Amino acid sequence: MDFGLTPDQLEIRELAMKFARNEMMPKAQEFDEKASMPLDILKKAWELGLVNTCIPTEYGGNGFTAIDSMIITESLAYGCMGMNTAIMANDLALLPIVIGGSDEQKKQFLTPFTESYKIAAFCLTEPANGSDAAGIKTTIKEDGDDVVINGNKMWISNAGYADLFVLYGTSDASLKHKGITCVVIEKGTPGIEVGKKEDKMGHRCSDTRAVTFNNVRVPKKNVLGGMNQGWKIAMKTLDHSRPMVASSAVGGAQCAFDHAVKYAKERVQFNVPISQHQAIQFMIADMAMKIEASRLLVHKAAWLLDNGMPNTQLASYSKAFAADSCMQIATDAVQIYGGYGYSKEYPVEKIMRDAKLIQLYEGTSQIQRLVIAKEIFSRS
Amino acid sequence: MNIFVCVKQVPDTETKIVPTGDGTFIETASIKWIMNPYCEFAVEQALLVQAANAGSTVTVVRVGSSKDTEALRTAMAMGADDAFLVEAGDNLDSYMIAKALKGAIEKSGKTPDLILTGKQAIDDDCLQVPQILATMLNLPSVSVVVGYEGSATDITVKREVEGGALEVYGVKLPALIACNKGINTPRYASLPGIMKAKKKPLTTLALADVGVSDADKRVKYSGFTLPPEKPAGKKFDATDAAKMGAVVKEVVGLLRTEAKVL
Repeated sequence: MDFGLTPDQLEIRELAMKFARNEMMPKAQEFDEKASMPLDILKKAWELGLVNTCIPTEYGGNGFTAIDSMIITESLAYGCMGMNTAIMANDLALLPIVIGGSDEQKKQFLTPFTESYKIAAFCLTEPANGSDAAGIKTTIKEDGDDVVINGNKMWISNAGYADLFVLYGTSDASLKHKGITCVVIEKGTPGIEVGKKEDKMGHRCSDTRAVTFNNVRVPKKNVLGGMNQGWKIAMKTLDHSRPMVASSAVGGAQCAFDHAVKYAKERVQFNVPISQHQAIQFMIADMAMKIEASRLLVHKAAWLLDNGMPNTQLASYSKAFAADSCMQIATDAVQIYGGYGYSKEYPVEKIMRDAKLIQLYEGTSQIQRLVIAKEIFSRS
Repeated sequence: MNIFVCVKQVPDTETKIVPTGDGTFIETASIKWIMNPYCEFAVEQALLVQAANAGSTVTVVRVGSSKDTEALRTAMAMGADDAFLVEAGDNLDSYMIAKALKGAIEKSGKTPDLILTGKQAIDDDCLQVPQILATMLNLPSVSVVVGYEGSATDITVKREVEGGALEVYGVKLPALIACNKGINTPRYASLPGIMKAKKKPLTTLALADVGVSDADKRVKYSGFTLPPEKPAGKKFDATDAAKMGAVVKEVVGLLRTEAKVL
């Protein structure tokens, strides 16, 4: 049993936190306000090796463990949850290739991401299918040596800049999850129509759009793991990506917490700093406990993954608990700031808007609870 | 070129400093150490000079505790080739540090063409080691340098002086150059760089190996205390128009006699 980070991990965190503080935090508000992708910052993060943490060394990656990638994600989300979404969305899209791709597919699709900064988009959600992912309607039909894709995808992160789309569709909707197929589509393939940028509450700098696929034709060799094998890939992807999203919640929560602690020591009411009032102390104590518990859940979910053990239940624990905690912590940080916290002049207002999304994407907090309950009852 | 960089490890700027019980130093056990920011400029400058002069090597040298080798690891992760650590306490005086650095440079077996340092360390702010070291090595030195250009033999450096004016020096190498903020923008140590740094040679030496002993001590630290807390400000009530004149007079008087700013 060891709760400590390794010397390597401490150095990784050091760099990621330095980057978050020096490069992301000073620009977070500006990019939130103008709602545009901070491409220069993202590219700089890539140059330092902070992007695409899931790519194995054989294909040019840095060979990070799952825990390493959690540490990086937490640190980057500390800097800005929105920018981190743009970074994390790459991993989310590349993970299905790491998990379900053949050696040839990995060389073809992953290695270019290690040679220059490229952007990937994960396309699962549809206008009418979010939580009910197995009910997606986008079709992937075999046609000779190709597959043909038709359908609409919604809330696609990085869509406007994507060099690569990793899309889930169905070969036969009546088969539900048994008909799901995962396919890689390169930018410029005829028939891809990227919609207008969504005007969101938070994560405003991350580029979110609808994408329509009209008779998009790609060679069959772009299908990951074979026809109708997509669901298994999707589930394994979630085992890795959910703790990652949870770790971004920990980063956002830690940032809100640090701001709140600092402010509570400076703000004087009734002739004493408000940190001396129990009402504030109780909030701060609750925040600290939730952050620590969230982080431990994330690290355990990642540790199980690194050790080849089933982690679906822990992944959902971490995702639901960290996301709900982050929302509560960000809300309480605004509460501690009082009226100032509600103003865009202070940083906690943005964190509160950003926090909400973590409860929604990558499986809502409610879906996580369904997963957890299903795991419990299926084994009792 | 044989380029040497002397780096110091200092407490993170956010560290809460606590003197030891006997007041002879500060508590170091819980300090988070970072590379002195001025030394980062020196490392970056060394790497820039190396890039401009093919076949050059960058060697980093540090004197201090071996518990945490943050500064040397960071320098190698940024791109330096090898490192020498002279193991010692964190409370040596400037003369001992300079002598140990000189000894380590000599132990490396390479004759320096250029030595780069920070202009000062942000912890004790002594501003002495670069000059003492240059004197010991009989090298010319320029400090507070904000501009550097030139070849492997002749360089032109700009030095910041009072009032923001610049002095320009032409210097023949070998020389020691102490860097100030503005000379460059230090690069980050990338993650692949961090991984590579682990395989780079780090030689550890004892003070005795570099010919330094207690007899070299010039300064004895005896009293570390925190600065006195800032006293609360004074408030003057000048809302009553009739008394305004008197209040202004009192404030001016106090600014003169107490605050001594007039």
